[in-house]
Amino acid sequence: MEKKEFVCIGCPLGCNVAVETEGKDIKSITGNTCPRGADYVTKELTDPRRIVTSLVRVKGGELPVVSVKTVADIPRDKIGECVKALKEIVLQAPVCIGDVVVENVCGTGVNVIATKNVEKV
Amino acid sequence: MKKDLVIIGGGPAGLAAAAAAKENGVDDLVIIERDARLGGILNQCIHNGFGLHTFQEELTGPEYAERYIKKVLELEIPCKLNTMVIDLTQMSESKKNAGSSKANDAAGSKLITVMNRQEGLYTIEAKAVILAMGCRERSRGALNIPGYRPAGIYSAGTAQRYVNMEGRMPGREIVILGSGDIGLIMARRMTLEGANVKLVAELMPYSGGLKRNIVQCLDDFGIPLKLNHTVVDIKGKERVEAVVVAQVDENSRPISGTEEEITCDTLLLSCGLIPENELSGNLGVDMNPATNGPRVNESLETDKEGVFACGNVLHVHDLVDYVSEEAAQAGKCAAAYLQGRLAGAKGEIPIRAVNGVRYTVPVCIDPHRMGETQVVRFRVGSVYKDAAIEVSFNGKVVSSRKKRALAPGEMEQIILKKSELEQFQGLREITFSVRQS
Repeated sequence: MEKKEFVCIGCPLGCNVAVETEGKDIKSITGNTCPRGADYVTKELTDPRRIVTSLVRVKGGELPVVSVKTVADIPRDKIGECVKALKEIVLQAPVCIGDVVVENVCGTGVNVIATKNVEKV
Repeated sequence: MKKDLVIIGGGPAGLAAAAAAKENGVDDLVIIERDARLGGILNQCIHNGFGLHTFQEELTGPEYAERYIKKVLELEIPCKLNTMVIDLTQMSESKKNAGSSKANDAAGSKLITVMNRQEGLYTIEAKAVILAMGCRERSRGALNIPGYRPAGIYSAGTAQRYVNMEGRMPGREIVILGSGDIGLIMARRMTLEGANVKLVAELMPYSGGLKRNIVQCLDDFGIPLKLNHTVVDIKGKERVEAVVVAQVDENSRPISGTEEEITCDTLLLSCGLIPENELSGNLGVDMNPATNGPRVNESLETDKEGVFACGNVLHVHDLVDYVSEEAAQAGKCAAAYLQGRLAGAKGEIPIRAVNGVRYTVPVCIDPHRMGETQVVRFRVGSVYKDAAIEVSFNGKVVSSRKKRALAPGEMEQIILKKSELEQFQGLREITFSVRQS
């Protein structure tokens, strides 16, 4: 039996939720005030996902970098790999909001898009 | 130059205020922005989580800004970029008399001194002004941290601009003082850019940031957060070499013997935001010491007639959605003022913040002038669990709203109804307070 502690992010209450697991099975969830706490820790334990926001270099633009995001959340353990992949890319200005910067980043099936306009100078 | 309405600041507040004013019939208006692009601080807030209330989707800062910039451009609202407002004053009596036969027009006018590279220094005479200058970060000087003044000490927002807009890294080994949202967001940002964030130290026994940011910006990357800790010394003469962190007691005083030296090349400060009210001060606007912003009535008008305030210059917000909402109200009220539709005050009822409520915006409300409903925004002074927010009329509790959790870092709001205020005979005073069960 393994015990893990989470802080629920569902609301400002921030319940400390304790979970007992055996292998992949969740044995008990305690400390949550509402069902959202249980849903949250279950997701965090089985499939934690995050939207990743970062930067990509731009050549010939009013700014040297453009902000980007994954259009959907990707597995948490792919964040590092995703950011690394973005570091390899250099875009040519102009860049427009919504432009696809990388398709299917790190095999997640999720595209990375630009979140800012960078005009050509 | 003469204008009906001048909006000072082209960030989220200024954009929403300008759009609302134009939509309500003000055609002779201008936004003045000191940066090269509209959008203000949103341009450097590249993380997601903006716009959930307004657009029911999670946008990044630049995307949220773009929606309002588009609106302002579509409405053909003129904007002066790279232009700094350096003074704001009341039109002097002599100027008024020297003016044309339209002396009446100039009666309440404000004189705005602006400067830019193309046109130099000049003044704009405005019938109404919306203050939307935003806020600034508390600086090292204001925090009284001893030690030398080496390179490598930045406010978190400055570092954010360097990294996210200019593509430069301020350092590699980072300590962050203060766990406000900008500090937490920067802990993740610097980590993703390859820096080693060694510690976030927080003076208070709780973080000023959102729970979600603690989990997703610190816990996800194994960055430690030390509560009840502060920086007591900065080592290094040319460049930061280390900081000394110590535990503090319940009076926030460092406890001798708990000092720990942490090697680093950069210290980021995320220790609170202060509304930027130098211009309001020049005009002599009555200020609220609890918010460092102007005192405003239900129309978001300051004590100076025709001068409105909204967004972070009025009080620091957590969510940009509420900035936009508040600013739209300021724009609408400024339009009503210019069109002579803003009814004269018939008796302002003060709203008092007591028992744990630190302040309210607005600070007074005129039942005659208010719309059908009025949003009152406020913050509490400390952390409460299982408490209630009570609204009282003349000391009599008229509503009590249960709150499972209240924290200084989370702005609260309660909506007052015109009908409730009008039905209460002899209303003299409204109070907002926290009641603990």
